[in-house]
Amino acid sequence: MTAEAPVLQTTGLGKKYRSRWALRDCTLSVPAGHVTGLVGPNGAGKTTLLNLAVGLLAPTEGTVQVLGGEPAGNETQLAKVGFVAQDTPTYAGLSVADHLKLGKHMNPGWDAAVAEDRIARLDLDPKQKAGKLSGGQRAQLALTLAIAKRPEVLILDEPIASLDPLARREFLQTLMEVTAEHDLSVVMSSHLVSDLERICDYLVVLVNSRIQVAGEVETLLATHYQVTGPRCDPAALPADWQIVSASHTDRQSTLLVRSDTPVVEPGFTVDQIGLEDLVLSYLSEAGRTGSRGHKELEAQR
Amino acid sequence: MIWLSWRQFRPQALVAGCVLAGLAILLLSTGFGVAHLYHDSGLPGCPDTRACQHALFVFSNELRGSIYEFVFYLSIALIYLAPALIGAFWGAPLVAREAETGTLRLAWSQSVSRSRWLLVKVAMLGLTAMAVAGLLSLMLYLWSQTAYKAGKYASAHGPSGLSITRLSPLLFGTNGIAPIGYAAFAFAVGLAAGVLIKRTLPAMAVTLAVLALVLVGWPALVRSHLIPPVHTTSILRGPNIAGLGISGSQKMTVFVGADKPGAWVISDQAVNAAGQQYSGRPPRACLSKSFNGCTKAILALGLKQAISYEPASRYWALQGSETGAYLLFAVALAGACTLRIRRRRLA
Amino acid sequence: MIEFHLDARSGLSPYLQLIQQVRQALRLGLLSEGDQLPTVKDVVARLAINPNTVLKAYRELEYSGLVAARAGVGTFVTKTLADSSLAAHEPLRADLRDWLARARKAGLDDESIEALFATTFRALTEATTEAAIEEEVR
Repeated sequence: MTAEAPVLQTTGLGKKYRSRWALRDCTLSVPAGHVTGLVGPNGAGKTTLLNLAVGLLAPTEGTVQVLGGEPAGNETQLAKVGFVAQDTPTYAGLSVADHLKLGKHMNPGWDAAVAEDRIARLDLDPKQKAGKLSGGQRAQLALTLAIAKRPEVLILDEPIASLDPLARREFLQTLMEVTAEHDLSVVMSSHLVSDLERICDYLVVLVNSRIQVAGEVETLLATHYQVTGPRCDPAALPADWQIVSASHTDRQSTLLVRSDTPVVEPGFTVDQIGLEDLVLSYLSEAGRTGSRGHKELEAQR
Repeated sequence: MIWLSWRQFRPQALVAGCVLAGLAILLLSTGFGVAHLYHDSGLPGCPDTRACQHALFVFSNELRGSIYEFVFYLSIALIYLAPALIGAFWGAPLVAREAETGTLRLAWSQSVSRSRWLLVKVAMLGLTAMAVAGLLSLMLYLWSQTAYKAGKYASAHGPSGLSITRLSPLLFGTNGIAPIGYAAFAFAVGLAAGVLIKRTLPAMAVTLAVLALVLVGWPALVRSHLIPPVHTTSILRGPNIAGLGISGSQKMTVFVGADKPGAWVISDQAVNAAGQQYSGRPPRACLSKSFNGCTKAILALGLKQAISYEPASRYWALQGSETGAYLLFAVALAGACTLRIRRRRLA
Repeated sequence: MIEFHLDARSGLSPYLQLIQQVRQALRLGLLSEGDQLPTVKDVVARLAINPNTVLKAYRELEYSGLVAARAGVGTFVTKTLADSSLAAHEPLRADLRDWLARARKAGLDDESIEALFATTFRALTEATTEAAIEEEVR
């Protein structure tokens, strides 16, 4: 990977609606060349963060940059980002072919061959009105529009949330194929954790409007340990252990520990942890200690 | 962007086209009828005042209650309705509908800046609105040529049953270039309502309410101040007394008729020496049924006739300033909307 | 051309599974020298996994000297893992099929067959290892 500007860089980013902070203190540097998963429960701030990244919202505090440029700052910047908003909006009265024409007329970098090839492979009828398509087909159409403008990064806001499992799988297959083919970076939000494990190599966990953890998936998995042992006092544990979550029975303690150095402690069993369990631990811990009780955890196994 | 604007505007444009075509057919089919009536009445080239007055009497009699009168008033209603409908159906949904359905998030993530997106749409729809209004005005003008010609004869040969003044409050907004200004303004009001309210139906309702207020209130409150009217005070003469209003035996109001052909008479009063409208006791002669005695008694009061009016010659000046004012407001509103969506308050 | 599949319940990470499947294919003679591995694009289009996962697997295989990437063309096998024992594969496979048929006829279900094989295989491996250790000690 050549050294490129980060796909998404924020410093102290925050957004306030009336009296509520939808996003607070968000500092990220998501590198290019990755498929990044933005995961968190509903209401955590994922859509707010992505809307700030594509320039649909302006920040209340802090800064946000995408590929080194201001979101929607000018038409060149707009051309670099392919965006699919939540619920994959399309024009119900326009046909599939009309949507492709829309893309062609509104994007100088439009690649008609890519668009038509996609539509043909998806078996979509070009004359069909978008309002008559199924949810999965609309999502694929919206994705096609985002891809065929040949962006450098795809930003997707919960594109598969309301799709059935088959449509979901097909969408992800398409997404990965175009990511490989066009060398794209992807930032995708979801409240479903299981899908992310296969496709993401960078992860951002957002709960209660704040970032809980962010990093390369490989690094996160290598630096988090599931530690089980006899009931212990957290204060008595080594100082360089970062306790992410802990649960105790009267005899046993189970901890999720984050540590840069390998964890070896006599009397304790240390295991690696899977990505899904890691994310769920962060979600439930933040949900427990957060000021708002938003605990809509979605784990579809 | 032009393609998309047109594609989204197509259904509304077709409706407008159908309405225009329908009106054109109606006006065309009845226009010849009016022209025949005009010629048959003997008006063109009537030799003297008596003949012209007779011809006018015939002509206006034929028109009254006829289908031509109906078509005339229908067209006037349509020309007043058009800006309101344009504001509600073209202006309000432009941003509000896309905000409601979420398609703004699709439109604004293409490689077209928001300003360009809005300005192309505003230009296309706004200019079309102005063209539609202009066409409506032109069509009605062509159709009512004969009526205006007759009106000229009426002005020249004394009062008649036919009164048709371009400057009158009812007709002023339906001819000339004024409708063009209204259409642009109405469109801009609808646009602004949609941008602020972000929901189509409430925006349409607010647009119609605002337009009703403005289009009704403007002639009454503002138009006469665009160019200050002419005030004249002259001795009250017999022929100008149009009538009396007597309540009880205490109060009498003198109604006067102005003799200003083609003008828009804003106020017309019988005033006393101090310049206030006369509202004194009725002279004894008027309480009995003696017409001549009453007239003499009123003249003996030494009242004056105070008229303020806009003369017919000011027609184009008034049209120009009114249209100019409306266009200015329209441009200002459109500019404000562009600035507002650039500041990303819509998501 | 081989096709990859992923077992979500296997303890191995996806990229390790891909490597394992390539090695297995090489061992069984399904892939021989000069054959092309599926393109990254085709693999991710089927499995819906991150392209970097496939790239990582292919890089590791390249590091082990088994494959080589040719820019713009694809990744090709450079070494086979099949050895002389490949010739014995067919007869062994036939024997195995017979054994499986007999096991089914005797009334064993899938779990029992797998358990029987696993315990026998383990016992044999342990015995062989013990024997080897004893050899060394001596």
